[in-house]
Amino acid sequence: MTLTQKPSTPPEIGGIGHSVRRHEDDRFIVGQGRYLDDHTLPGMLHMAILRSPLPHARINSIDTSAAAAVDGVVAVVTGELLAQYNLAWMPTLSGDTQAVLATDKVRFQGQEVAAVVATDPYIAEDALELIEVDYEPLPVITSPQQSLAADAVLIRDDKEGQTSNLVYEWEAGDGAATEVAFARADRVVSLETHYPRSHPSPLETCGCLADVNSATGQATIYMTSQAPHAIRTVFAMVAGLPEQNIRIISPDIGGGFGNKVPVYPGYVVATAASLVIGKPVKWVESRSENLISTGFARDYHMKGELALTNDGRILALRVQMLSDQGAFYADAQPTQFRAGLFHVVTGSYDFPAAHVQCRGAYTNKAPGGVAYRCSFRITEASYLIERLVQTAAYELGIDPADIRFKNFIQPDQFPYETPTGFVYDSGDYPTALRSALDAIGYEKLRAEQAAARDEGRFVGIGIAHFTEAVGAGPSKKYDILGLKMIDSAELRVHPTGKAILKLGVRSQGQGHETTFAQIVADELGIPVTDIKVVEGDTDNTPYGLGTYASRSTPVAGAAAAVVSRKIADKARKIAAHLLEAADDDIELQNGVFSVKGTPGRSVTIADVSLAAYTNLPDGMEYGLEDVHYYDPPNLTYPYGSYVVVVDVDPETGVWKARRVVALDDCGVRINPMIVEGQIHGGLTEGFAKSSMQWITFDEEGNCSGSNFMDYLIPTAWETPRFELLETCTPSPHHPIGAKGVGESATVGSPAAYVNAVIDAVAHLGVRNIDMPLLPDRVWSAIQSARATGG
Amino acid sequence: MQITVTLNGSDQTHDVEPRTLLVDFIRTKGELTGTHIGCDTTSCGACTVLLDGTPVKSCTMLAVQADGRAVTTVEGLKRADGLHPLQAAFKQEHGLQCGFCTPGMMLVGAALLEQNPAPTEDDVRWAISGNICRCTGYMNIVKAIRAAGAEMATS
Repeated sequence: MTLTQKPSTPPEIGGIGHSVRRHEDDRFIVGQGRYLDDHTLPGMLHMAILRSPLPHARINSIDTSAAAAVDGVVAVVTGELLAQYNLAWMPTLSGDTQAVLATDKVRFQGQEVAAVVATDPYIAEDALELIEVDYEPLPVITSPQQSLAADAVLIRDDKEGQTSNLVYEWEAGDGAATEVAFARADRVVSLETHYPRSHPSPLETCGCLADVNSATGQATIYMTSQAPHAIRTVFAMVAGLPEQNIRIISPDIGGGFGNKVPVYPGYVVATAASLVIGKPVKWVESRSENLISTGFARDYHMKGELALTNDGRILALRVQMLSDQGAFYADAQPTQFRAGLFHVVTGSYDFPAAHVQCRGAYTNKAPGGVAYRCSFRITEASYLIERLVQTAAYELGIDPADIRFKNFIQPDQFPYETPTGFVYDSGDYPTALRSALDAIGYEKLRAEQAAARDEGRFVGIGIAHFTEAVGAGPSKKYDILGLKMIDSAELRVHPTGKAILKLGVRSQGQGHETTFAQIVADELGIPVTDIKVVEGDTDNTPYGLGTYASRSTPVAGAAAAVVSRKIADKARKIAAHLLEAADDDIELQNGVFSVKGTPGRSVTIADVSLAAYTNLPDGMEYGLEDVHYYDPPNLTYPYGSYVVVVDVDPETGVWKARRVVALDDCGVRINPMIVEGQIHGGLTEGFAKSSMQWITFDEEGNCSGSNFMDYLIPTAWETPRFELLETCTPSPHHPIGAKGVGESATVGSPAAYVNAVIDAVAHLGVRNIDMPLLPDRVWSAIQSARATGG
Repeated sequence: MQITVTLNGSDQTHDVEPRTLLVDFIRTKGELTGTHIGCDTTSCGACTVLLDGTPVKSCTMLAVQADGRAVTTVEGLKRADGLHPLQAAFKQEHGLQCGFCTPGMMLVGAALLEQNPAPTEDDVRWAISGNICRCTGYMNIVKAIRAAGAEMATS
């Protein structure tokens, strides 16, 4: 562990460690980004989708005649029509099925029922209103507890053999060992809490522009996709189109956060419509459609119990989790893990036994379960353990920082195998937490808190120390629909020494065009400004599973480093030829190949690049390009210590984050400026979820958080200021020691904010308030604690 | 009906349906796609443009309401001698990630700096509180707008 790192290349090369200004910004700041809706094609038609107003109903009939008669309407598509092409249903990323357009029943409010294709988007919307659907309402299920009751109506009666609303049961760890530890424990501390349903809501909604050439069968589909290659393969499987005829282009993406990983019915309908009509068809969601129908996140009902000794040593963890999956099981997650990586719930602590039992249930809500800026449910896991440890501290009368120090995995224990089977690669947790506490002035704040309580003011200090498991993943364990979670990089160095790097991942704002160029610059000494990065076009990039779960740097970034090293190996041989020296005597530093011990004899990477096409040693193949598919040996494990100070108004429940100190250790930072930007964004998402942002339903299953007036997102006015710190513990198995950072702060910070508010009222006996911590919830907790004499 | 809008200094006369939204007019008739649509309900500010110098949300305004008036979009920010100081500052201070909110943020920033050349951090946060960013956490947007103000004051 070091406190910071220093770049090894000069600024004009701009390798790892330089805060290079982003290449992609040049088009965005002048309004020349090209997002999905900015694309038009000759003869393009527009599609709009009719959605169910009811959460659960049988469809008796659909009358499209009036809509079809509107001037400008080209086609009205129903599930019945799609069924003729075997497209009424499609597979989800978790191996379930999902209706493309409903044929038998609707199972959530907002479900896709029909689509209108017209010459103008306004006409398409007009015509939707003329479609008559005869619905017969059915009983509605709005919670997983209700769903698993014996008398619950069966939601997925379309599935053969499905006799209940149970989606899956899955467990990890050792139940017997855990029971033994609990039997031996001095104390058992438990916490039940709900991580509410949320929605990633990137500022750009989802959409596509499908262009199927009826003569050749070539389907070019512009799509807001974080995973264009995987989508191409799924499309080939769904539509039966030959995969070489499908080209997915993910243009500039206006934020993803997991929302743009799945395949949505709109993509399939637009493509089918283009195929049948023979013209390009564009579909772009409204915000409301985005919020009510596309991939939601979280919605985990969790109970955690810690077995402890009287002095605060953790002996074991027992967790029961019930997830609300909505009407179709559409989590984007590795096949082997039915609740994602939730079993990383043992967190940053060293104890021998854990047992994690998970169940999922269908409800009449939108499908999804996407990893909203997190690595497959790790956010829920991190939240639970950090809340639970804090609860234990109160119950045992131990300081919340001390209980963490007492139980941390120690630096000399890495690699550390957890009781649920993860092998953490590296870390120094005590240093991280100590540094964050010192920065915020922890001991002084505790004194201030005590004094404030005497005056009737509530001050709270919340700690969260999280460990993530990102970079999925090793092919032995990680696949989606059978596709191994590898990723790739192709590097071509041109005769003039300029390079193009092509990747299977897709940036949605993370700055790949800059950071991945920096990796190549670092390895080969080609200036970062001379390297173009290409992503998001399946015809022109090598295969990969895409950008989500913080996997781009751990997997594609590693591929970029390895392919650069392959190029360097060949370049070294060419340099030896040019310098008339032995291969082994050639050294490469900052783009200059020199002969060991003879500093005067050297050639540059540009000289070598030209020679690769003009002047080669006998027997060597021309060109300077290569491709590498990277299969990571392990996940990477970034971590951090966050400390938040809040002031809570005892009379109103309103709380304000006074300070937020965030120490992140994500291994080597490729571009420190971009890393800090990612952390700022994640800390804001954590604040959003802890304070205001959740998808709400009424008892009839109406989604009442269906627009940005009801689904609250913090603005600059509410968002706290952040103070960032860092340590650097490189990943020992990653080629450049990087661990990934895009999601760390979203994973780690919700518990810090909530722990801070709970800490402010813990002396009253309050142990839990479910997120979001809206003022009325905090006020109610204070009132009921006071009423019971707390 | 026929309307004339001065779009980034050039008069644009088009036939539009009375219900045409200003943002659609700008994007389709004006062929300027730097103005984005994020929420349809005046909540997110991705569609912000300047109407006679004042920020408005073009997703909930009709094109006919802009008849005879001047609209400035992100494409109109650039100056003859190069980038507007706000554009340069957004890049320098890392004030954008996905870039979708950026045009709206810069236009609100431009209107703010016009009235208040040296805003405090709170001034900036209040001014941009009608614009949502999902990526940056606002820290660097605030920094960029204040840096642009400082740059404009010295140049």
